[in-house]
Amino acid sequence: MKKKWNIKLEVLGLLLAILWLAPFYLMFVNSFKSKKEIFMDTISPPENWSFDNYIKAFEELDFMQTLFNSLLITVISVVLIIIFSAMAAYALSRAKSKLSTVLFFTFVAAMLIPFQSVMIPLVTVFGKFDMLNRGGLIFMYIGFGASLSIFLYHGALNNIPRSLDEAATIDGANRWQVFWHIIFPILKPITVTVAILNIIWIWNDYLLPSLVINTPGSETIPLKMFFFFGEYTKQWHLALAGLTLAIVPVIVFYFFAQREIIKGVSDGAVK
Amino acid sequence: MRTKELSYWLFLAPVLLALTLVVIVPMLLGVYYSFTTWNGINTGEFVGFQNYIDLFHDQRFLDSLWFTTKFSVVSVILINVIGLSLALLVTGRVRSSKLLRTTFFMPNLIGGLILGFIWQFIFIKVFASVGEIIGMESLQGWLSTTDTGFWGLVILMSWQMAGYIMVIYIAYLEGMPKELLEASEIDGASSYQRFRFVIFPLVAPAFTVSMFLTLSNTFKLYDQNLSLTGGGPYNSTEMVAMEIFKTAFMQNAFAYAQAKAVIFFIIVAIIALVQVYLNKRKEVEM
Repeated sequence: MKKKWNIKLEVLGLLLAILWLAPFYLMFVNSFKSKKEIFMDTISPPENWSFDNYIKAFEELDFMQTLFNSLLITVISVVLIIIFSAMAAYALSRAKSKLSTVLFFTFVAAMLIPFQSVMIPLVTVFGKFDMLNRGGLIFMYIGFGASLSIFLYHGALNNIPRSLDEAATIDGANRWQVFWHIIFPILKPITVTVAILNIIWIWNDYLLPSLVINTPGSETIPLKMFFFFGEYTKQWHLALAGLTLAIVPVIVFYFFAQREIIKGVSDGAVK
Repeated sequence: MRTKELSYWLFLAPVLLALTLVVIVPMLLGVYYSFTTWNGINTGEFVGFQNYIDLFHDQRFLDSLWFTTKFSVVSVILINVIGLSLALLVTGRVRSSKLLRTTFFMPNLIGGLILGFIWQFIFIKVFASVGEIIGMESLQGWLSTTDTGFWGLVILMSWQMAGYIMVIYIAYLEGMPKELLEASEIDGASSYQRFRFVIFPLVAPAFTVSMFLTLSNTFKLYDQNLSLTGGGPYNSTEMVAMEIFKTAFMQNAFAYAQAKAVIFFIIVAIIALVQVYLNKRKEVEM
């Protein structure tokens, strides 16, 4: 049966899409206006496309440094989460025993704990050991990110036959080699999912870095954006230019990896 | 691999260490501290259930709990209705399906803090100027009252999360056997009948996942709350996560805030377990 084209549905869809994009449109056009122009009219495009707001926002946000900080923390955290979670899930899936079941269950159960429930002791304990810095932050991301990642890897590993491991062991490979040369490459699709879910979370996270990072110059984008917005409240022209700048890296990422992103998010939720 | 082998423990060591120090130890310490007068530096003395007794008489905490509950219930319903509708739309007979999916999903990639700021501009400035043009009084002063703050948060979260939930429903809709739909169409079922008796039972498992995700996400909301209303006016749109934060870091009542955090954990855990249980049972029945 061939699909007939439903034109009413199509029009409805496109209208909704315009509605969905309206907030971004409003942010974008107003980010080019002067304070006075925003006061007069928030809907139309600006009279002239002036970059003054952007130049100011770029400087105030220390944008290149802030972008670098976000990239650094996100990339290192996500790479470590992938390496350590995949290894742990491998051990748990290959050594079937009561102990493995208990450990796996502990990781899954930890997902139920909301951040606010551990936040206060976490910050005080890490503060005592002088770990409220970027290293400490990355370590915390591994702790909070491991559960879901191990859960996803564990599911995928259970579908890889053990005979593969055994064959490689007979050929003389040790555990480390079996895992990295044989198993890990097969896990690539789930690694993409794990990477995407953790990138979205860590890149956008505000509360944890706000508690952990105290040194000026090492703030991530959400953190810097919060201070910037507080400073320029009521000065919407600058605030909107800053917000637009903060969104650009995400839009670029989405543009290049949208299929993987949508698939990753859907797999992560459904499994 | 055996659990007695050294390599088993080496493979597990990094995550075990991180989970223990970041989640398990703080959780256990937190439960212990909630029974003391801990101030962040000294453990203080053991006071039994005093913090817990206090928080049940704490009007601000109870208000935030009630506000969070109302917000979650309304949001979960709206997000799921909109999300499912969008999923049915983009899997229907449209040519721009891919473009539409990309668009509806986009807000989820951007942090809640930033989205809240964008919507603050829309509610305060754009609503006011549109209200002036079309002469609607009710569009003035958004976010300055409890009601407009509430609906502002609901609108923001529905806009953001509907696309996420849409993606989940799409996964189930596309995994549905085509023959079933075609057969029901040939048998002369109306669109409503097809939805109610064919599609709905088949996507029922998607409800487990979607309800769980929306409920836990909305109940634990913090970033959007902070950037859209900041809890105002007069703390009336403050949700539980923010209330706990303020008790701890603004009033420096660490042990008391931790008692609230433990209650928060218990509620979140119960919601999650009940939901999974109920939905699992329902799936079997259908």
